[in-house]
Amino acid sequence: MKAGRIRPRTALARIVTGAAVALSLVACSSNGDSHPQTASSQQAPQSYSRDPYPSTYHAYPGVPTLVTNVTIFDGEGGRIDGGSVLFAGGKIVAVGQSVDAPAGATVIDGSGKVLTPGIIDVHSHLGDYPSPSVQALSDGNEATDPVTPDVWAEHSVWPQDPGFSRALANGGVTTLQILPGSANLFGGRSVVVKNVYARTVQGMKFPGAPYGLKMACGENPKRVYGSQHRKPSTRMGNIAVDRQTWAKAQAYDRKWTKYEQDGGDMPDRDIAMDTLRGVLHGDILVQNHCYRADEMAVVMDMAKEFGYHVTAFHHAVEAYKIADLLKANDTCAVVWADWYGFKMEAYDAIEENLPLLEKNGACASIHSDDENGIQRLNQEVAKTLAAGRRAGIDISDATAWKWLTYNPAKILGIADRTGSLRPGKMADVVLWNGDPFSVYTRPEKVWIDGALMYDMDDPSRRPVSDFELGQPGAGDVK
Amino acid sequence: MKRIALTLAALPAMALAAAAPAAAQNVAITNARLVIGDGSAPIEGGTVVVRGGRVVAAGKSVAVPAGVHTIDAKGRWVTPGIVAGFTRLGVVEIDGVSQTNDAGAGDSPFHAAIDVAPAVNPLAMPVAINRAAGITRAIVAPESEGSIFAGQGAVIDLGRDHDPITRRRAFQFMEYGEDGAREAGGSRPAAFAMFRNALMLARDYARDPGSHPDQGKDALLNRYDAQALMPVAKGEVPLLVHVERASDILTLLDLKREMPALKLVLVGASEGWTVAKDIAAAGVPVIASALNDLPSGFDRLAATQSNVGRMIAAGVTVGLGTINDNDARQARHEKQYAGNLVALTKVPGATGLSWDQAFAAITSGAAKAVGMDGEIGSLKPGRHGDVVIWSGDPLELSTTAEKVFVDGVDQPLQTRQDLLRERYMNPAEGNLPGAYRR
Repeated sequence: MKAGRIRPRTALARIVTGAAVALSLVACSSNGDSHPQTASSQQAPQSYSRDPYPSTYHAYPGVPTLVTNVTIFDGEGGRIDGGSVLFAGGKIVAVGQSVDAPAGATVIDGSGKVLTPGIIDVHSHLGDYPSPSVQALSDGNEATDPVTPDVWAEHSVWPQDPGFSRALANGGVTTLQILPGSANLFGGRSVVVKNVYARTVQGMKFPGAPYGLKMACGENPKRVYGSQHRKPSTRMGNIAVDRQTWAKAQAYDRKWTKYEQDGGDMPDRDIAMDTLRGVLHGDILVQNHCYRADEMAVVMDMAKEFGYHVTAFHHAVEAYKIADLLKANDTCAVVWADWYGFKMEAYDAIEENLPLLEKNGACASIHSDDENGIQRLNQEVAKTLAAGRRAGIDISDATAWKWLTYNPAKILGIADRTGSLRPGKMADVVLWNGDPFSVYTRPEKVWIDGALMYDMDDPSRRPVSDFELGQPGAGDVK
Repeated sequence: MKRIALTLAALPAMALAAAAPAAAQNVAITNARLVIGDGSAPIEGGTVVVRGGRVVAAGKSVAVPAGVHTIDAKGRWVTPGIVAGFTRLGVVEIDGVSQTNDAGAGDSPFHAAIDVAPAVNPLAMPVAINRAAGITRAIVAPESEGSIFAGQGAVIDLGRDHDPITRRRAFQFMEYGEDGAREAGGSRPAAFAMFRNALMLARDYARDPGSHPDQGKDALLNRYDAQALMPVAKGEVPLLVHVERASDILTLLDLKREMPALKLVLVGASEGWTVAKDIAAAGVPVIASALNDLPSGFDRLAATQSNVGRMIAAGVTVGLGTINDNDARQARHEKQYAGNLVALTKVPGATGLSWDQAFAAITSGAAKAVGMDGEIGSLKPGRHGDVVIWSGDPLELSTTAEKVFVDGVDQPLQTRQDLLRERYMNPAEGNLPGAYRR
């Protein structure tokens, strides 16, 4: 973050693929020949697509690969020293002390190195606030109305952002959630992408990942709209607009649910309300930018009032004050290691936030919200882990790795597919050239779905975005 | 931090004033893995002696004078305190709370004359947090608003007392490149014109102050600003210029040839590596961002983490800074940045730094850039007695500062954050609300 400039920061929400569920409902009701039909339900009800911009991502070719004699953090808290990991066909095949190499497999000696799942950043603005940071590419905040659940981050993401390559090569990031900014109470939908360059955003989209809904509480919405003498200009104004909007969403949901069950005249579509309806059905995950403990508590009650669930609070610098409440509500906290003091609501940040959350049994994850920080998330965890240990909170390296991969995957609703080294999961893997919690360590190789997408020793495995092609320093080690 | 100021006290009081700080400012640390900070290798079993607030000796075979309080480091790393190369430390409590942010003054008629020193609050939370992280000195620059000239910066210490200024009006800070163009009205040539005109008027003013009547708000340079630019024109204080693009750097090097008296220092210089030989030949030092590797503007398309390594390899004097990078709060990140530059040595095609070079870049390198390496940034004799005992390798992420001395004075290291952590170690309320736990 640039000093003195407060970029609105928000938390994102995600959508679970409601498509399949909703379509099957539609299918049921349209098959109901035996149902008595009213005059207005002569026509079979039609629903709307939950996935109109489907992923066209495909895994690139890989070779069966066995890494041996390597220290493994499996992402779920497990550790194996001198172990082996085999992946083939884009999936993890075996993880253990000793794994036999199938014929034709590439075998890599991992002595002195560490193998982990690829890092997942649950809060990024790569693509919607890309480099270069010029107004013409500044597409992260639709700051014209405090309620914009109709906007989708994927319609802003520029797939040529040079930042994706840095996150890959320097950060070992294999998956990220890109969110709208936090100027608005309802910022819009997030998108989860694989960190693989494509010509289109659809080509990067993580297949089947739920959408998120970015919401924001606190200073940003009230500042942005209060300065225009509009509502909200206070924290109570924030919540008032939130509640009115959820009440509207409930009415919309009743109308559409009735129609999808009983048919009749198709209700008017409201693109914003579609998103909120997805949240009410649990298909879209609420990712809520919120700093202060007291505000998070209010938001969790509001969620109960309207029948939705907050998946995670992002930037939650005061989460450590309410670790017990977060645990009771099954809501995760997504935090930095040592950011503090850039605005009033970040004044009480402490370095031990993550360890304190872990100690008190709450779900927690690191995040970057920053095109530079995303290149060093392992180092961020190293700092908070060390601070926790100094304060007497004894957490192992392997447990801390959960904050980088498994918990983020859980928060994004994709933990069944990535985020840990379990047979059958995507082979999203990083080989580090040493202890990833040391400042002297770098990613050596990064595989995504089993394909080698970065290799420190092979300049041809280093992506260069269209924007950088032909520019000074293109193809340099960045 | 300076000695206690002498006032109108009587002689016995004066004697006390001289003696009291001297007693507190003597310390010796033995059995250290001792780093001098000048780029030389660590010395095993080293000793450093501080007397009267200044380093008197540091090295392998150094005797501790009788009566000096001595600490056995038991083989731990002992180094000079970190010198934060470019910051806004102490002049901001919270960036986003304008009443606490004295970095810039967009509505002021004054620019070059602005002197950041009165804004420095040694009790600001960021000072305590960075002190606890082993930062003992900082180069503090004002922020430019409405002119290419931001004003006069200071070098401060991070000791917990009310005497933070090491050198007042230590340099003038100026924006060039994209930011300078904006402040000057919209283009680089306009920024250049503003600079030349200001120096011309400053010289006129120096020749005949009476010929420079106050023209009010319409003045292209008011009298106070003119006065502040004279030492810059004469080369009495360094001129720090923020610049990123290679062609902009070369333009400034041309200016230095035209005005050889200018003590030019480049700040930022993300594309410096592409013209490193020119910078070295001009003898111009750089305070650089360590890890900028993105084309975050069209003025830094060639940005790479190898920038610092390549400039140093070409012979440029480089210190690290936090330029537009949480500059009011996170000087402590410079240690991490330096460590990352060491990590780069293992990446084929990249240019990193040796550990010794990297540590020098956050101590003596930064001091040298502003002409103060005779005062701070190393444990050579005569330097301020700023010494840190670390729990491990000071560049490593798990390491903490265990003891911090500023001018030989043992510093308190507890922060407000420590107290918050202790209060919420178990967050649930007990017999009384959390507000009673302290």
